[in-house]
Amino acid sequence: MKNPTTVERTSERELVVTRTFDAPAHIVFAAWTRPELLKRWWVPPSFGFTLVSCEADARTGGTYRFVFSHPDLEQPVAFFGNYLEVTPNSRIVWTNEEGEDGPVSTVTFEERDGKTRLVLTELYPSKEALDDAIASGSSGTGAAPEQFELLDEVLVALAGR
Amino acid sequence: MVQFRRARLDASFAALSDATRRGILERLGHGDASITDLAKQFRMTLTGMKKHVRVLEQAGLVTTEKVGRVRTCRLGWRRLDEEAAWIERYRQLWDARFEALDKVVDELKRQERADGRRGKRTQPGKGAPR
Repeated sequence: MKNPTTVERTSERELVVTRTFDAPAHIVFAAWTRPELLKRWWVPPSFGFTLVSCEADARTGGTYRFVFSHPDLEQPVAFFGNYLEVTPNSRIVWTNEEGEDGPVSTVTFEERDGKTRLVLTELYPSKEALDDAIASGSSGTGAAPEQFELLDEVLVALAGR
Repeated sequence: MVQFRRARLDASFAALSDATRRGILERLGHGDASITDLAKQFRMTLTGMKKHVRVLEQAGLVTTEKVGRVRTCRLGWRRLDEEAAWIERYRQLWDARFEALDKVVDELKRQERADGRRGKRTQPGKGAPR
């Protein structure tokens, strides 16, 4: 049985995702910060996207840049930003700068009895920015709508499986 | 998160406690209308109608859109449904990611255990030469 993922819009400009992992925090943290591990799960294989490159310097003040391609897209898509804070095994804060008004994302890892509860918060600069992200159909990562429409299609197909 | 829902619910009840606002919702159920139309129909000033519409808007019951100089009002339910659908898609994205992350995490766990066992065997003993 896999652990459930929950998402709530907790305020006018904030989304919160939670999930528990059956592993200690240092392991989950490693999977979030080591590029060679990050690239194995950030784009699930079933999505049809290919990760062209994945650079992540997960240190406070470091930067990241992920580039994806998809057979239906003429140009690869880039996601990038800065790490505002990286505290080993407990907290990562980063910006999403590929679009205007992107959120600041914070992920925290709380270990208890060998399991880790992950809480991911995406805080948008304004209510309008989050409303716009929702209205445009982008998946909260600040990407262009047309790119995420594709992703949405894949997700719908997955859901109907 | 519960507080936010609660606040929204409270706002909805407050919005519905007024007879004029219930009338506006009923009117918008038949079709979209501008603030000016609504003000005329309910024999109110524009300012008064704007206030009512703002209360309904804040409760998520009505959405408004300004095109040129006309602000059109419509029932807000559809928008709320869209938000719920979007949040579900967003949840599915993370859920799929986390399923892949589970695999990476399991592998790391196994590796760490194996390293631990190997570590004990190969760790230089206290008397090991330096």
